Amino acid sequence: MRDTRRAHALVIHPRDNVAVVLYDLAPGTEVETVVRGRRSHITVRERIPAYHKFALLRIRRGGRVVKYGEAIGEATANICPGAHVHVHNVQSRRVRPREG
Amino acid sequence: MRAKRQVVEGRDGVPETIPVFRRSDGSVGVRNYVAVLSTVACANEVAARIAAGISGARPFLHHRGCGQLQSDLRQVERTLIGLGTNGNVGAVLLVDLGCEGIQVDRVQAAIQQAGRPIQRVSIQALGGSRRAIRVGRDACRALASVSRRGRREPMPRNQLLIGIKCGASDNTSGVAANPAVGQMVDALVDGGATVIVGETTEFLGAEHLLMRRAATPAAARAIRRITSAMQERALAAGGDMLGGQPSLGNIQGGITTIEEKSLGAVSKAGTREIRGVLEYGERPPGPGLYLMDGPGFEPQALTGLAAAGAQVLVFSTGRGAPQGFPLAPVVKVSGNRTTCRHLRGHIDVDVSDVLTCGKDLKAAGQRVLASVVAAAAGAITRGERTGYDLTADIYTRGPFL
Repeated sequence: MRDTRRAHALVIHPRDNVAVVLYDLAPGTEVETVVRGRRSHITVRERIPAYHKFALLRIRRGGRVVKYGEAIGEATANICPGAHVHVHNVQSRRVRPREG
Repeated sequence: MRAKRQVVEGRDGVPETIPVFRRSDGSVGVRNYVAVLSTVACANEVAARIAAGISGARPFLHHRGCGQLQSDLRQVERTLIGLGTNGNVGAVLLVDLGCEGIQVDRVQAAIQQAGRPIQRVSIQALGGSRRAIRVGRDACRALASVSRRGRREPMPRNQLLIGIKCGASDNTSGVAANPAVGQMVDALVDGGATVIVGETTEFLGAEHLLMRRAATPAAARAIRRITSAMQERALAAGGDMLGGQPSLGNIQGGITTIEEKSLGAVSKAGTREIRGVLEYGERPPGPGLYLMDGPGFEPQALTGLAAAGAQVLVFSTGRGAPQGFPLAPVVKVSGNRTTCRHLRGHIDVDVSDVLTCGKDLKAAGQRVLASVVAAAAGAITRGERTGYDLTADIYTRGPFL
């Protein structure tokens, strides 16, 4: 289904703008991803714990974060390629605290 | 030549027939338990002590049954009836206090009507816990000796009713364990079995994918209705589910939002048509794939599936959830290689090679199916071996009064 032995990060769907890492990655690690048989490389900017996500593309504040080919939330800050994507820069579009 | 027990294997190499216990109401079981059902939180400890050490006796304890709205009390009654008539249960001992809110007579009558031998121990009527335990243990032993006469006989595996749940999820759940379980669900449904997938909270953000698979417009509307209602309840209660759904452990495991958790969670429901939506603990009307309205919270989710008649529960986990369930074997599946190693004693099927070696998901699904069929035929699961199964509960929606 996916080649994950050489690729150190998993891009689940071609539409995704984040990838999942399979091991703890140190900042500056170059990661290979394979999407539809096409390889590309990206350098992670910070430590990414195993099974966490990093951005494949620039995601603007308010933009949709896409995984499984579907929106998993929106960016609460501008996110650079290679940056850790998690609760500090993404929020749910479905259930979150009311303003005020 | 030595006589060999004949095992008919399906095309997938997994046995087509399973030896099971047949009940007089037509249901089938993969275990032969005496269910010692506590009717109310106040009867829990008596029920636990009655069942202790008696072979085949399994206490079901919970924290409901009194001080609740009428609708919730009815739900507790329905759930206890569902558990008492689960095919895995050969006989029932009801342990009641005497002044609880639920109507124990109704529960007793319904279980009796299903043909299960049933006895009842009332703590207040017997003059307190000590005597209730003594009388209860005698009754329990008598029920166990009747129940033990039941023998397994072969039955096609499509008579199975399997409940699916995921818990202690991380980001491996959505790409390894859940899709592997989904493969098994497709295989079971194609073979004519019944599968129930619970956890409405974990449809949030993925309901459009489920609605597309609904067999009827009514089923699609029901999926939208239960998901919106769950979201409204969360918003009404203050809004921020973060920390609860996804849990702090989910977040440490890399899951960021409920949408991400849901999109990973629904892959455990496979890809086949969804026949309908069941109420919590409701029996499915026929074979095929059903969703059940209820929470993701483990102790309540497992109870709902068993009350709906599930004989085997399949539980996918990332970080490693330890609990089993008293009245049905639980098959644990994980795709997290660290968890599979570190919590070896709790994980039945390791599918981490899907991620580490790029192994085929279909093959992983076959391993889950083989493990479920083996458990149904009597193989002891890790959860049964550890005996970690008293932490159950019943889902109700209203306040405690």
